[in-house]
Amino acid sequence: MILAAHDIRFGYQRRPVLTGASLELDAGELVCLLGINGAGKSTLLRIMLGLQRPEHGLVTLDGAPLTNWSRRQLAQLVAYVPQVHIAPFPYTVAQVALLGRLPANGLFRAPGSADLDCVHGVLAQLGIAHLAKRVYTEVSGGERQLTLIARALAQEAQLLVMDEPLAGLDYGNQIRLLDRLERLAADGYGVLMTTHDPNQPLSGCQRVALLIDGSVAAQGAPAEVLTPAAIYRLYGVSVDLLRTADGREIAFRPVATAQ
Amino acid sequence: MTEIASTSAPYAPSTATARMLWLVAPVLALAAALAALSFGAYPVPVWEVMHFLLAYAGLAAMEPDRYALLYNLIVEIRLPRVLAAILVGAALSVSGASYQALFRNPLVSPGLLGVLAGASAGAAIGILLDGNWFLVQAGAFLMGLAAVGIGVGIAHLFGGGSIIMLILGGILSGALFSTLLTVMKYLADPYSQLPSIVYWLMGSLGQANIDDMAWAAVPMLLGILLLCFMGRALDALAMGDDEARALGVPVKTVRLVTIATATLISALTVSIAGMIGWIGLIVPHIARLLMGPGNSRLLPAAACLGAAFLLIADSFARNFFSTELPIGIVTELLGIPVFLFVLSRVRRGWT
Repeated sequence: MILAAHDIRFGYQRRPVLTGASLELDAGELVCLLGINGAGKSTLLRIMLGLQRPEHGLVTLDGAPLTNWSRRQLAQLVAYVPQVHIAPFPYTVAQVALLGRLPANGLFRAPGSADLDCVHGVLAQLGIAHLAKRVYTEVSGGERQLTLIARALAQEAQLLVMDEPLAGLDYGNQIRLLDRLERLAADGYGVLMTTHDPNQPLSGCQRVALLIDGSVAAQGAPAEVLTPAAIYRLYGVSVDLLRTADGREIAFRPVATAQ
Repeated sequence: MTEIASTSAPYAPSTATARMLWLVAPVLALAAALAALSFGAYPVPVWEVMHFLLAYAGLAAMEPDRYALLYNLIVEIRLPRVLAAILVGAALSVSGASYQALFRNPLVSPGLLGVLAGASAGAAIGILLDGNWFLVQAGAFLMGLAAVGIGVGIAHLFGGGSIIMLILGGILSGALFSTLLTVMKYLADPYSQLPSIVYWLMGSLGQANIDDMAWAAVPMLLGILLLCFMGRALDALAMGDDEARALGVPVKTVRLVTIATATLISALTVSIAGMIGWIGLIVPHIARLLMGPGNSRLLPAAACLGAAFLLIADSFARNFFSTELPIGIVTELLGIPVFLFVLSRVRRGWT
């Protein structure tokens, strides 16, 4: 099951955002998409989810254009995990996750006990079963993000597309969430996420893609793609890449500028 | 296993207490209907109302003279009004609850897109033209629909039909029809037509006769039912357009069907009973306190509670003063303390 964007072009009011971006997501891999603010990361994700029509280019799922799939079929194969938000009404964590059963049931069939078991299963899998009865608007940001991921898992989609899942989370929650995402990839899910922290994909992810000037300028294994030169090209800042004694790359640090 | 047992409750609304909660709203509506049939200038005890209803259905015997008296009193005088209260209360509450979910805003009422402003202007024009009751009703209904059509049209022409443009479109269209209403008031004969317009705007269930009700009742009941079936789709929409779409929900269709249905039944309530405020705003909150925010349970509960609320308000309007109060005044008077109470309870869910 491969979700692939081919040569996507898109602009907002004649300001081009994407100028021929191509990106793929396969089951079993964690892919990180890096880019500066306004680079079009979210736009590319929305186009890959079929939420926005590209001006040019094609998105395919399993070889067939997205437009050939019905929304409901699509929702059973590809799930969207948005940035953490506040719902306007006090739904419980379980109710939010239960929405993930909509694609399977349709709008007019009430969820049955199999659906409830499924939701309980994914909440337990993500370690938030104890939050089921809590109000979604009252749990922490990290717990809300996990709830949205639980909803995506309840869709039983194999591919998960996440828009900045780490944004707004504290350091501990970032690390715990990344650990979950790596485990999901190991379990056979394909996870595509955007991130602002180039240190984070140095370990744990299979592929890094850099979105520069509207197209994916480089992609591949983190060790190949994430170099100080690439970081300079991406963000315009000079960094050193720190390594452990045995040569593993662990972090970028800013180069101290000469006074 | 113990963990499963302790956490399965929130997924399973079929626990004993949840099933009881489910009954509260319909039972309340039924009790309010019986009470409304028994209270009045000539009080009939509730048990006798029930006895009469059984006799009416052919299930019990009743003395013919008494039966004839009660038939006149209950079926001919009180029942049209009770049915009007049930339909209008249920329709306004369900529309309000649907709008709140659709616009992701708990402070929204069915008038948001201009249906009430349009209906008022339409009724005023009807009164000015010749004051014939049918013309007033038809004017209210059609201009209510027209106002929402203009609001939604503006939203689609200028903003692709996004939520914020719908609200702005509704404000513009509401302002247009409010101005039109002011013009009609200015043009109206200050001794005959102007008071009619003012009284009409206060709302009344007393105008309802069974023939008018008959043509309005079918579309209203169908509309209420249709909205009740939209619950799960509205839950998804409450999360945001993109998320609902990614969950396989046809967002534009759901939004248009919901707006069209809610507008249609709101416009029909206006043509039956004039302007009745507050119900569409507060009853959904009461229903949410009772049933939680899940719309597939909230919407039917809102319908029953709305019917009960308006029946109770109408009983006040009819019985507490020597002359009948306009129902719109009573719903506002009752609405303010109820809303204060609800506010103190629900605020924690808002942010």
